[in-house]
Amino acid sequence: MAVVTSRRGRRTAAPYAFLAPAVLLFSLFILLPVGYTAYLSLRKVQVKGLGLGRGARSEVFAGLENYQRAIADSQLWSGALRVLLYGLLLLPIMLGLALLFALLLDRPRVGLRRFSRISIFMPYAVPAVIASMLWGFLYLPAMSPLNYVLDKLGLPEPNLLSPGSVLFSIVNIAVWGGVGFNMIILYTSLRAISPEIYESARIDGCSELQIALRIKIPLLIPAIVMTTVFSLIVTVQVFSEPLTVRSLTTSVTSTWTPLMKVYRDAFAADDLYSAAATSILLAAITLVLSFGFLRFVQRRAFGEDR
Amino acid sequence: MTSTPARRPRPAFLPTAILLIGAVYCLLPVAWVVAASTKAGSTLFTSFTFAPSGSFFDNMGDLSDYGGGIYWRWMINTALYAGLGAALSAGLSGLSGYTLAKYRFTGRSVIFNVLLAGVLVPGIVLAIPQYLMLAKVGLTNTYWSVLLPSIVSPYGIYLARIYAAAAVPDTVVEAARVDGASEFRIFRTVALPMMVPGMITVFLVQFVAIWNNFLLPFIMLADDKKFPVTLGLYTLLNRGATEPALYSLVITGALLSMIPLVAVFLALQRYWRVDLLSGAVKA
Repeated sequence: MAVVTSRRGRRTAAPYAFLAPAVLLFSLFILLPVGYTAYLSLRKVQVKGLGLGRGARSEVFAGLENYQRAIADSQLWSGALRVLLYGLLLLPIMLGLALLFALLLDRPRVGLRRFSRISIFMPYAVPAVIASMLWGFLYLPAMSPLNYVLDKLGLPEPNLLSPGSVLFSIVNIAVWGGVGFNMIILYTSLRAISPEIYESARIDGCSELQIALRIKIPLLIPAIVMTTVFSLIVTVQVFSEPLTVRSLTTSVTSTWTPLMKVYRDAFAADDLYSAAATSILLAAITLVLSFGFLRFVQRRAFGEDR
Repeated sequence: MTSTPARRPRPAFLPTAILLIGAVYCLLPVAWVVAASTKAGSTLFTSFTFAPSGSFFDNMGDLSDYGGGIYWRWMINTALYAGLGAALSAGLSGLSGYTLAKYRFTGRSVIFNVLLAGVLVPGIVLAIPQYLMLAKVGLTNTYWSVLLPSIVSPYGIYLARIYAAAAVPDTVVEAARVDGASEFRIFRTVALPMMVPGMITVFLVQFVAIWNNFLLPFIMLADDKKFPVTLGLYTLLNRGATEPALYSLVITGALLSMIPLVAVFLALQRYWRVDLLSGAVKA
């Protein structure tokens, strides 16, 4: 190893010593588990004879068998399609509202700006499980104010937790939980733009809408890409919301999303090996989807590294 | 807004109205839980759901009595997991981020890129093997099983590096070095004070992340005395399917669990740097 910028020995040792705790914990709790999952995904249990007695069950190499089974599993596919639909609804609605609110907050002449900003951001401080409980109770036909009002008006009452509507109800929980955080990210990016850019546009007679569409949104593209990819990573792993809503309705099955299936396979069905294969597949999809992001972050924030 | 241009004194109607609708949407479930927590369990299903009643202190008493006061134990556990975990995480991220930003050494970009890739690893790939590995050393179902995996945060290190690069001038580090300060002393007495707003931001982000991480305690813990409040309330909700009386405990418990985090945010909001999260930091 080359001695880099130092004149004294302790300066070359210092960065390694400072990074040692992080590298150790990172290896133990991130690298090693990833490797272990990959290893498990290639293993299976072989049962000899009747599978009774000691040594009758042993772990052997399985090749890609677990992956083949995972890909052929219709439960996993219907869960994946459900999450795809969930993401196609969630990402545009959540990020669209976040962008709209951020642009409105950044506009001149807006009343109660601080109140709106803090109120919309507040759900960020509510864990997904708690948020799902609050909304879940609001969806319960026996407790929902919506059903109460419709009942008093003599109108038909919807069941927001029925198999046909529960997906949309869960999208709403995620929109509620995520819109404020993304709004703050976009709003802060807008505040970092020099206001002089808009001044000349205003003098030229541009409306606030035109400034938003033609100047602000194009300048926000990097922040929009970043919030999209972060939201995408979270979306693929949706777990807490459907699991909590499941306590209130039978419309959500135990394999409703791929992550719920992984959990069930690993801990309820005791099939660690297919759970491992499924989670590697999920991770691969997430990595493919977010690879563009990594390149983006490196170029934007750490241009000096190249 | 404090200074409104004299020519346009009135706020624009439509933007203000849209933002207020957004605010009402976000406050709606909270308003409901405040109203519902004042109702006796028997009226939960029969009275108009936004109409308050007078049973809040009864509900709180029931909640405190439940399981010998286990709810408060869950709250203390949550404070421990999220508070201690986030503090350790912010410290570790600060030291690592400072090192990655301020030293030039062999392997720097390799280490940084591997850490950054960690941001993209989905939690589930980690949860199962973390459980198996901690089971091998007998640490599952302990406080450590939730605390230890929460300390290292690739995202926190990434944020701390950006902040250190912007907030700590090379010349100051160099001057302290010329004065003969040790490398760790430079970090602790020179760099760290300059990084405080960035560290508060990392602390809050990690605090929310740990508080919000349901999967980890769900997998690791079996003993309800060690549960964080999210997991505890989830088990109550699950049992509520057969014992609806528990629903009013869940509602009161959910409301009380939201207060500390909202309070922490409001208390720290002037110190934390959101621009760090959007990558637009100018220290």
